[in-house]
Amino acid sequence: MTDTLTPRRTTHASRRNRRRTAADAGLLVAAAAFVLPLAWVVLSALDPHASLRVKVPDGVTLDNFDAILTPEITFTPLLNSLILCGGATLLTVVCAVLAAYPLSRFRSRLNRPFLLTILFATSLPITAIMVPVYALFVRVNMIDTMQGTIFFFAASQLPFAIWLMKNFMDGVPKELEEAAWTDGASSFQSLLRIVLPLMGPGVAVVTVFSFVMMWGNFFVPFMLLLSPDQMPASVSINDFFGNRGMVAYGQLAAFSIVYSTPVVLLYVLISRRLGGGFALGGAVKG
Amino acid sequence: MTATAPEHAGPEVREVPASPPSGTRPGTVRRSLFRALPVSPAVVLLLLFLAGPIVYCVVIAFTDLQLTGQAQESFVGFDNFTRAFKDEAFLNAVWLTLVFTVLSSLIGQNTLGLALASLMQRASKPVRTLTGGIVVTAWVLPEVVAGFLLYAFFRREGTLNAILDWLHLPSQNWLFTLPILAVSFANVWRGTAFSMLVYSAALNEIPKEVTEAAEVDGASGWRRMWHITLPMIRRSIGTNLMLNTLQTLSVFGLIWVMTRGGPSGKSQTLPLFMYEQAFQNSLIGYGTAVALLLLLIGSLFSVVYLRLLRTEV
Repeated sequence: MTDTLTPRRTTHASRRNRRRTAADAGLLVAAAAFVLPLAWVVLSALDPHASLRVKVPDGVTLDNFDAILTPEITFTPLLNSLILCGGATLLTVVCAVLAAYPLSRFRSRLNRPFLLTILFATSLPITAIMVPVYALFVRVNMIDTMQGTIFFFAASQLPFAIWLMKNFMDGVPKELEEAAWTDGASSFQSLLRIVLPLMGPGVAVVTVFSFVMMWGNFFVPFMLLLSPDQMPASVSINDFFGNRGMVAYGQLAAFSIVYSTPVVLLYVLISRRLGGGFALGGAVKG
Repeated sequence: MTATAPEHAGPEVREVPASPPSGTRPGTVRRSLFRALPVSPAVVLLLLFLAGPIVYCVVIAFTDLQLTGQAQESFVGFDNFTRAFKDEAFLNAVWLTLVFTVLSSLIGQNTLGLALASLMQRASKPVRTLTGGIVVTAWVLPEVVAGFLLYAFFRREGTLNAILDWLHLPSQNWLFTLPILAVSFANVWRGTAFSMLVYSAALNEIPKEVTEAAEVDGASGWRRMWHITLPMIRRSIGTNLMLNTLQTLSVFGLIWVMTRGGPSGKSQTLPLFMYEQAFQNSLIGYGTAVALLLLLIGSLFSVVYLRLLRTEV
């Protein structure tokens, strides 16, 4: 194809090609480095004699999955995770939608200070307050309760959720709603019937993002829940090391995959729909 | 500031009727109140479960509250703080937090993220998709799983040493000899995707004409990066650095899974030190004082971040 081009454009094109090859090579090296730990987890899960290093399995087996797919090891912790994160996500999203509506729709001199406070809280290191939260929860008898953990999860995710939701809501033109108001709809009705359906993808992003953040969170349930039968998967995974004696790496890898799959799938679902940097559109650019 | 800021959220919203714009009728007041109503569930949650603990944090940081053996805690003033600054383990944790943040966030995630993003501008689509997918997967995985994967990678009998052996390079027990380096690499592995996405978005917004013009003028790749690209994305650099730092300051699970802060405190950053004091040593008051310091550092960064975004709110 280059034969038909003029000499000058040929050099330009070949320089571009060379540069592309160099970029490809650089990226592939980075990808190889990043993929090693991921390869370990996939290969070990299928390996009857898994060890700590990446190696081709001595024969593929699903025994590791078989061994962990029991109520005690997998289903109860995953159910706990689901109750915990599902409950907290629901609470977060409902509160965030309600809070975002007046912030997005009505002018008030308090909007700006409120939003600044929210943005400030968004970037506070929540890890830092876990010790006082524990002390407080002991004092008010909320320690080791699902409700308490759900409330705290929701509160910790709310600043970001409100911020994101408000930005998505700003994208819904107000004119449509005004038409509904003239027809006698209340604010609540127009929120429910007009605004929310139009910002469906935005609500989905906030929901999935909140859920993914909580699903992966270790420190909050680690601190606030004590009884083993309430532990979500993020904490129970620790048991593979402590209480079960010899570490069965193959089973640990299999459990890691089962536990991670839902959030990876949810992420793929949402990023396909809204482009890779979905969370950043709201978080970084304001 | 930390303690009071979120708390303001409540009164501010409810103050709507108290401070109406001058010359408004009473009906407007009621309307404002009505309009602020939907915000209240969120405000109540934030006050009770976020602002509350922060206020409580400030209170118990000045007491000698313990987990066991003491019926009543008493006010001890700044004792916890003076004690901290004389405590070698605390100073060690401060130093390690600094090392961890500089290595993994400022240098690692930030530079690697920018490098990957700018390579992606020129790479072919399949390679771009593949690399992006792998890096983002590392980011999406739960914290504890990421911890295990890198624990396996850095262990004596793990993958890194296998590679070093294969290259005839000396191997060692990374988690024992250089634990802070290992956890920093782990944090780079896990967190680079964020910077990569931020910088990809920023680079995509640079008009093609600008870089092409520089290219025609004969500016080399590095010069273009230094004199054109970096100045044009400086706002993204600022916010990204800020968010990376805040994220890195609060890493707990990753380090906990890999090293538990050990051996003998060699990877014990402030969050792990706080946890150890409060629970292994049962000194809640002391642990909270450390938490308060961490919170103060965090809110300092948070304020800088707000100023960077100032024009956009």
